[in-house]
Amino acid sequence: MRNLVPVLAVLGAILALWYAAVAPMNIRGALDQAERSGAVVVPEGSAVRARTGTWALVFGNTEHLGLAYALDRPRLPTPGQVAHELWKTTGEMALNGRAMSKRSLLYHGWITLQSTFWGFLLGTTLGILGAVAIVYSRVVDMSLMPWAIISQTIPIVALAPMIIVLSSQMGIEGRGVPKAIISAYLCYFPVLVGMVKGLRSPSASQLDLLQTYSASGAQAFFKLRLPASVPYLFTSLKIGVAAALVGTIVGELPTGAISGLGARILIGDQFGTPLAIWAALVAAAVLAGALVTLLDLAQRVTLRRMGMQG
Amino acid sequence: MIWLWGALAFWAAAWFVNARIAASPVRDTKGARIVVPVLFGITLLVLWEGLVRAFAVSPVILPAPSAVAQTFAASTTILWEDFRQTVIKGAMSGFAIGASAAFVTAILIDRSSFLTRGLLPIGNFVAALPIVGIAPIMVNWFGFDWQSKSAVVVVMVFFPILVNTVQGLREAEAMQRDLMRTYGASYLQTLVKLRLPAAMPFIFNGLKIATTLALIGAIVAEYFGSPTRGMGFRISTGVGSLSIDLVWAEIAVAALAGTVFYGIVAWIEKRVTFWHPSQRR
Repeated sequence: MRNLVPVLAVLGAILALWYAAVAPMNIRGALDQAERSGAVVVPEGSAVRARTGTWALVFGNTEHLGLAYALDRPRLPTPGQVAHELWKTTGEMALNGRAMSKRSLLYHGWITLQSTFWGFLLGTTLGILGAVAIVYSRVVDMSLMPWAIISQTIPIVALAPMIIVLSSQMGIEGRGVPKAIISAYLCYFPVLVGMVKGLRSPSASQLDLLQTYSASGAQAFFKLRLPASVPYLFTSLKIGVAAALVGTIVGELPTGAISGLGARILIGDQFGTPLAIWAALVAAAVLAGALVTLLDLAQRVTLRRMGMQG
Repeated sequence: MIWLWGALAFWAAAWFVNARIAASPVRDTKGARIVVPVLFGITLLVLWEGLVRAFAVSPVILPAPSAVAQTFAASTTILWEDFRQTVIKGAMSGFAIGASAAFVTAILIDRSSFLTRGLLPIGNFVAALPIVGIAPIMVNWFGFDWQSKSAVVVVMVFFPILVNTVQGLREAEAMQRDLMRTYGASYLQTLVKLRLPAAMPFIFNGLKIATTLALIGAIVAEYFGSPTRGMGFRISTGVGSLSIDLVWAEIAVAALAGTVFYGIVAWIEKRVTFWHPSQRR
């Protein structure tokens, strides 16, 4: 809680900077619009203005500055415009009973969330299984671990279109599966690394103690290694879920998807509606925040029940 | 069918060899650490080649590695041009600008505990966001050429490096700082001789995360508009025109570039943080 005041102060400063930046960013568009509607603009003609400095335009046309904050298609929308657009495509539509309409961000967020969930599930499963294999088999450790690291240095976006082509050729309908694969690709690695660390975290003396109890391998795994790895697991799950969301949006961006938050960004770009892009970005940020917070809560509850954290 | 059985036999043989190496006393030597993963990688390629040939998969769906290698060798000029456009102009410049900006910002805000407490949670949050989504906005602001790609990369790499650097700067212990004070060290001396070296493992952690992000950002931004060159451009048009082997060649370049980029940063890290426990042998 002691961080609340500084965080709010920094957020306020960011908002103030944002508002201040709107005028110079949008001044050209605003002056073009003002001139078309017959107002007097200094200097006249957008060709002349293209050679004039931005600040000269801002201070030469102070009476038109208000327009820069109310453009339909701004280069940089104000936070208020973004919030309004976001409300218009979520809350307002929900109130009108059209929460799942194709124009609603709730619908697109739901699509993205589904793919993220399956990708997260797949990636986490692969990560945990891989970690168990690595901890228990030296061959797997030696041959798989370097490739796991290399796999993360390969930009997944390069592969994304190929994954979609391949899965559509293999007769998989829709984009859910390829998107989930892409997000699993980004999500498995933090889980793998965290779980390897976690499963190896019991000390030699703890393992020896279990041996003196003549515990079997399975018992040692379920009673010592697995519980010991839980804190590591949750830390990597939080990174993993954020990565899975990035993966899903990356999977939606370059591939001509029509639903999902990434697709909203793509469509907003193609139709020249920047407000739609910004609203989708904010929605994605909210989604990411919600997912990480949810896992954080799960972590606190679980660790408290396990007696690992006061 | 000979291809399928051959590939499977190779797999079994390679696994056997790897298992023998891993169980033998040479397993901790440097050679074994290289041979085992390389053999594993070759096995994957052989399996891919064998499956594609055995099931006569059409080259417009999945070309065999040998076909990709041929295309790669035949189109090195295109690949080099794309590499320069995307990796050197787009990703590298953005990485350099973003990393320096984050580094300077971290050192500046570190002087104020108020700013640190305010920015760190926000930075942590932003670092987890899907920032790639700003690509179309940046292309709109900075045009189609590499400048917009660079801008996307700057924003993407900024926050992970900022957060890691700020965290690293807190790493020097109170005892060590007190020692510097008893030496009468100035702020700058403490920073350069104690706190920056102590922060290096964290900074390099951020830099390593940023290497991958840089390439992702540069390639995604090209999907939203680029001059008629660049890896993202070639991949998206290649998928459309069914020149899939060229797409795979570009993917190979991207993979290579990503690995080498990461390798260079990791190599520098090893030189700089040789004192850190994680680097000890």
